[in-house]
Amino acid sequence: MSRDRTSRRLPVIITLLVGLMLTIMPLPASAEPFRPNWLALLLIFWAMQLPRTWSVGSAWMVGIVLDVSYGTLLGQHALALAVIVFATVRFHLLMRVFPLLQLGATIFALLALYQFILFWINGVAGVSAPSINYWAPVITGTIVWPFLYIFLSGVRYRARSGA
Amino acid sequence: MVASRGNNSNPARIPGLGLRVLVLILISIVLMYFDQRENHLDGIRRAVGAAVYPVRIVVDAPVRFWGWLARSTTSRKELELELGRLQAERLLTNARLQRLTALEAENARFRALLDARTRVRDEVRVAEIMAVDANPYEHNLVIDIGRRDGVYDGQAIVDADGVVGQVIKTGVMTAQAVLISDADHALPVEVNRNGLRTIAVGTGEIDRLDLPFLPNNADIRVGDVLVTSGLGGAFPAGYPVAVVNLVTRIPQEPFADVSATPAAALDQVREVMLIWSAPPVTEEAPDE
Repeated sequence: MSRDRTSRRLPVIITLLVGLMLTIMPLPASAEPFRPNWLALLLIFWAMQLPRTWSVGSAWMVGIVLDVSYGTLLGQHALALAVIVFATVRFHLLMRVFPLLQLGATIFALLALYQFILFWINGVAGVSAPSINYWAPVITGTIVWPFLYIFLSGVRYRARSGA
Repeated sequence: MVASRGNNSNPARIPGLGLRVLVLILISIVLMYFDQRENHLDGIRRAVGAAVYPVRIVVDAPVRFWGWLARSTTSRKELELELGRLQAERLLTNARLQRLTALEAENARFRALLDARTRVRDEVRVAEIMAVDANPYEHNLVIDIGRRDGVYDGQAIVDADGVVGQVIKTGVMTAQAVLISDADHALPVEVNRNGLRTIAVGTGEIDRLDLPFLPNNADIRVGDVLVTSGLGGAFPAGYPVAVVNLVTRIPQEPFADVSATPAAALDQVREVMLIWSAPPVTEEAPDE
């Protein structure tokens, strides 16, 4: 049983690690503001597909790691990720049967909520307000979502048949 | 974990989900509160940071490898050219250094005459910047030495051309620094030409600093060099910071619109120097 569980979790953990690398990988300054929130997208996908294994707890832990590597307030990204993953898990059955356009709109809303929570905490903590570019990851995140979805579905079924 | 994993027993409900998320939100808020007020959480930060360290190494590796590859495939001829260039440069620098030594000695003598104490030379150490992005909304960088090497919060960082920034968070083996161009960073400077003191504020743009507190009649021109004044206590005095590139005086406004270009190549540096400055020197002369 435990070996089965490990083999089930390993692909997800690997995608999360790759996501973390993409998050802290340097980009040219002009492309910088448009970097999608990879970890948020990954967590939404896995919470949609495997909500009993990847839920708010794992999202929170990923958030703490993100807080440490960003040097933001400890708990800021953790809170935001936990909230959007909560929404995802709550509606995961609906989201699975959504047509592509509607799912895209949902992802857009979730990413906007994520950025908004971070923005709001920054405001309360007195971190200076960023420029309009701050909201760019919401749009780029929505654009990369379909490709990420196809890729991750592939990962998921391959992992299942391999196990 | 939940026992029933199949899709047969009402899969829409995941028991305890709302409660779990509430608890996590509360924990986050408590964590943020303590993180904001005091530094009690540095231990947690350092522990998680150490866990993330391998990921940073992996992300940094391709860049490092590329640099190594570029170095090891340069032709002999290029190397010879480079060597010649470096030797010429060294000769020039040495010549200047000789004059500097003489000047330093002279300066020390004058200071002794004035009864002021001699400035102690700062101790420096070279650190390499890791190719990781700390935070997209702040101008940050990560360097490859940390608390283990004596790095401390607030330490000044310079490169060959001028001030780069200061350390804000120290891990065991890495440290995070904020650049002077960060929108939340301000540093006390003075104009090298006339000693006019002001504050250089970051703008969030990598190649521009603002000097918002200069009145319209201030004696400042395009081309003036700004150096650290040492007044804030964080930066040692006398390091070049920026060159004024724009002065706009609008008569009805109280302050002139002055901006400057950082002297250090903030987005290109790969190696920086950390300064262990000597304890602040009191410049007051004793009673006459």
